[in-house]
Amino acid sequence: MIFSHEPFERHSLVLTAGILIVVAIGGLIEIAPLFYLENTIEKVEGMRPYTPLELAGRNIYIREGCYTCHSQMIRPLRDEVERYGHYSLAAESMYDHPFQWGSKRTGPDLARVGGKYSDDWQRRHLIDPREVVPESVMPGYRFLDGTPLRYDDISAQLAANSIVGVPYTDEMIDNAKADLEAQAVEGGEGEEALVGRYPKAMARDYDGRPAEITEMDALVAYLQMLGTLVDFKTYEAEDPANKR
Amino acid sequence: MSRSDKHIDEVSGVETTGHEWDGIRELNNPLPAWWLWVFWVSVAVAIIYWVLLPAWPMVTTNTIGILGSSDRVNVANDMAALEAKRGAMWQQLTSVPLESIESNPALLEFAQKAGGVAFGTNCAGCHGSGAQGAKGYPNLADDVWIWGGKLADIQQTIRFGVRSADPETRQSQMPSFGRDEILTKDQINDVVEFVTTLSGGEANAEAAERGRTVFAEQCTVCHGDDGKGNRELGAPNLTDQEWLYGSDKATLYETVFYARRGVMPAWHERLDDPTIRALAVFVHTRGGGE
Repeated sequence: MIFSHEPFERHSLVLTAGILIVVAIGGLIEIAPLFYLENTIEKVEGMRPYTPLELAGRNIYIREGCYTCHSQMIRPLRDEVERYGHYSLAAESMYDHPFQWGSKRTGPDLARVGGKYSDDWQRRHLIDPREVVPESVMPGYRFLDGTPLRYDDISAQLAANSIVGVPYTDEMIDNAKADLEAQAVEGGEGEEALVGRYPKAMARDYDGRPAEITEMDALVAYLQMLGTLVDFKTYEAEDPANKR
Repeated sequence: MSRSDKHIDEVSGVETTGHEWDGIRELNNPLPAWWLWVFWVSVAVAIIYWVLLPAWPMVTTNTIGILGSSDRVNVANDMAALEAKRGAMWQQLTSVPLESIESNPALLEFAQKAGGVAFGTNCAGCHGSGAQGAKGYPNLADDVWIWGGKLADIQQTIRFGVRSADPETRQSQMPSFGRDEILTKDQINDVVEFVTTLSGGEANAEAAERGRTVFAEQCTVCHGDDGKGNRELGAPNLTDQEWLYGSDKATLYETVFYARRGVMPAWHERLDDPTIRALAVFVHTRGGGE
């Protein structure tokens, strides 16, 4: 016999090295190319990093485990496109750390929920889902309403995201707190600067409590922007670079 | 474990692997033939897959396969096939004048079915699965309309929404009479008493009389001298028994103090024209269409 198992079976270090090599081949072929291939993330118009308030809302979304029942990934299948809208693009998740894809849905996909309901509906639905959707099995998140949002570390949150590749500029990081506060009221003096830094950012009182910035403000602001950034009028599905 | 010394097991007559642990040896039974076949066929299928479909990462892109298959192109084709399957009536929804849809029984039935499906997906969250509405979300099955109950009005509302982010949205802003200190709390209480009388409710006559003056000064511009509302401005009729937020005095006080500014999203970017027209017909034929 030319090849013998014997060295692997006799020496545990040789076995360990062998396992590492085999697993590394899988990683190199399946994962590594995603980082250097140019066509893994399509080029689209409109994507921008999350605003500080949206990022804070996203943190609450993750903290509360919304992802265990809701995916944010509309697959390119007829039924999903019919129900939820345009299939999700890789570019739409490129500033997500971690991404919110998923293959299990107890609740509906949320990739394009932004703008589908009013702020008031989102707030009431989060407080008591069965008030507006009688057949819902979602738990209520009443405690978000009126709970002050803790955002003294929001600049650090942006900085941490910039380390892993989200293009937050120093200006964005320095103004994070002001931008967060500007987005939670309508027509405040910081709104122009906010929209200048984050195009399409919507500044308004999301939770019906104009005087306070609450966790409800942040979460609803996040939900209301989901899937609304990419300009699909400029997206060419037939472009060879976008085929996959 | 000792070094290899293959031999035939005496009991079964099968060759051993040559490994031996404290006198225990391992039989080297061959894999079942069916299993091996499945394995080799799987390998062959994988190779065929590489040739036909997107597979291997290369230097700047991946191999696309000789079929040129793409999930994104496939779904576009599926959507086109779906539209074709919906047939001529789907096209008719937008090619005939809106008002004539309901006079064609076949097209009406088609529009109601299509509209019902779209309603369940997009509208029932707020307006309820039976279009019955909820607190803050109008009942669409009755004949009370804030912005108008004609087909064209309904279509306009669906397309552009109410106080939505769309520039063409239906827009009306009732002032927050209490919060913005336009009226005192006493004046608000008075006007609440008066408004209660408009729909035949029981009220303190004296307070209602004082409220009549307040109403005449502050409210008639939009709600009209007789309180019957104005659809041009989206001002609800205050003389009927239908209340969007509730008719008890505490609710009315809240409504006057803070004002309600319910929002309906604009749907024209999310839904295509035939769907919006089908929805308009569906809503129009729930019972109260004009």
